[in-house]
Amino acid sequence: MLRPLHPVPPGTRTVLGIAFFVLFVAFWAWITLGGHVNRIFLADPLQMLGDGWRLLVEDRFWLDILITIWRVFGGFVLASIVAVPIGIAMGAWKPVEAFLEPFVSFARYLPASAFIPLLILWAGIGELEKLLVIFVGSVFQIILIIAVKVGSTRRDLVEAAYTLGATDNGIVRRVIMPANAPEIAETLRLVLGWAWTYVIVAELIGSSSGIGYMIINSQSRLATGQIIFGIIVIGLIGLLSDFAFKALNRWLYPWSLA
Amino acid sequence: MSKLVIEGVSRTFAGVRGGQPVQALQPVDLAVAANDFITILGPSGCGKSTLLRVVAGLEAPSAGRVLLDGKAVTRPGPDRGMVFQSYTLFPWLTVAENIGFGLRERGMPERDRNEIVASYVDLVGLKGFASHWPKQLSGGMQQRTAIARALANDPAILLLDEPFGALDNQTRGLMQELLLGIWERRKKTVLFVTHDIEEAIFMASRVIVMSARPGRIKSDVPVELPHPRHYTLKTSPEFSALKAQLTEDIRIEAMRTAQTQSA
Repeated sequence: MLRPLHPVPPGTRTVLGIAFFVLFVAFWAWITLGGHVNRIFLADPLQMLGDGWRLLVEDRFWLDILITIWRVFGGFVLASIVAVPIGIAMGAWKPVEAFLEPFVSFARYLPASAFIPLLILWAGIGELEKLLVIFVGSVFQIILIIAVKVGSTRRDLVEAAYTLGATDNGIVRRVIMPANAPEIAETLRLVLGWAWTYVIVAELIGSSSGIGYMIINSQSRLATGQIIFGIIVIGLIGLLSDFAFKALNRWLYPWSLA
Repeated sequence: MSKLVIEGVSRTFAGVRGGQPVQALQPVDLAVAANDFITILGPSGCGKSTLLRVVAGLEAPSAGRVLLDGKAVTRPGPDRGMVFQSYTLFPWLTVAENIGFGLRERGMPERDRNEIVASYVDLVGLKGFASHWPKQLSGGMQQRTAIARALANDPAILLLDEPFGALDNQTRGLMQELLLGIWERRKKTVLFVTHDIEEAIFMASRVIVMSARPGRIKSDVPVELPHPRHYTLKTSPEFSALKAQLTEDIRIEAMRTAQTQSA
């Protein structure tokens, strides 16, 4: 029956994956429509869909969605531009690592959300502040993961390149960087997922637009249907961007596929 | 004048966690004539790979020095091409790009490179695979590409560290003939490390037998079998006589290794 590590056929995999969603929604419908929980605290699935429709059609919620997407990608791209070169430098050159690693390890544990009051003082409650929250939340993570990956570049490939006449500069640019490119892209995909958490936190505080703003706004009106709709939208966009990222990686690095 | 001179090269590794330092290689002296095919034969852990890595410049000797064409070796360079036991093709480059890697590092323009690369793709019999990724190749094909990659740089000496060690027996036999065929046609100074006695005799014009750790040269056996060599040579009486002699030599060393390890 259930043999450890035994693969599951693709068709069965899809059915099982969908089955859980069905069960989940069914359970939700049962406790809400069946009257097992108070409607004030949890909307039922139908009401959620109705609220969502109204949000999109009447309240122009899609503008909030767009602004949130822009914030995530803006902050994330900013963090990547700074973090990727630093991470590669730390992995490749050990003195750079010795210099930066202790600080980055420390800074990684500073919660981005705790910086929001400071960032509001410095940058106001405009777009820059939102981008900076995501930047602070992502940049140290990216640096550290990439530094570790680059640091564990296969030594035999580096040695082979040296015996073929590569210079130190050539080793970094034509061995270390291409060897780790798929891993770096994979790291960015992972951190992008985390960036979605930071953006909502940033929008919960001192904001007048975005999905997070809609959610905090709905709370004061006990519109749990809207809140759940907002959360599901975030989940869907996250899933879509993850798919897109994976497809991009597959297209960019065909050689790395097993 | 000798092509390659190894003068009193020894290597000692620092002790692990304050332990005694380990001597991997006792002082070794060896002179290699131009266009000679030398195999270095020894039991595992005898320091034969260490010696090769010192010649390559990948490891610094604790004492002594290595001279190639009269110049001291201090770091790795394109004049000493190397083929490793592990598969070291760059996975992000195609077969052709792998073979052209050294030429590109040298700054050769792509047009000139393509011609040389094509001739080496041909030489190792990989026509039709030039634009494959390494992961699409068998182990034997990967090592053929690695040999072509090292040769395309036209190194003064070719170093091979058990290049066929990970291959199955049949493939290994074919690879030996392929490499020997290239050497017979193109003449190149070769240093080939192996623990396989048959391989050591078949390939070599001179077999250097190394002792158990700490390694030193135990015997230096010329192989005067005629060229071109065919695999049937391995069953000839002359070959068998050499094999018997070297088997005896290496057996004593292997037993000494086993004893020091169990002690």
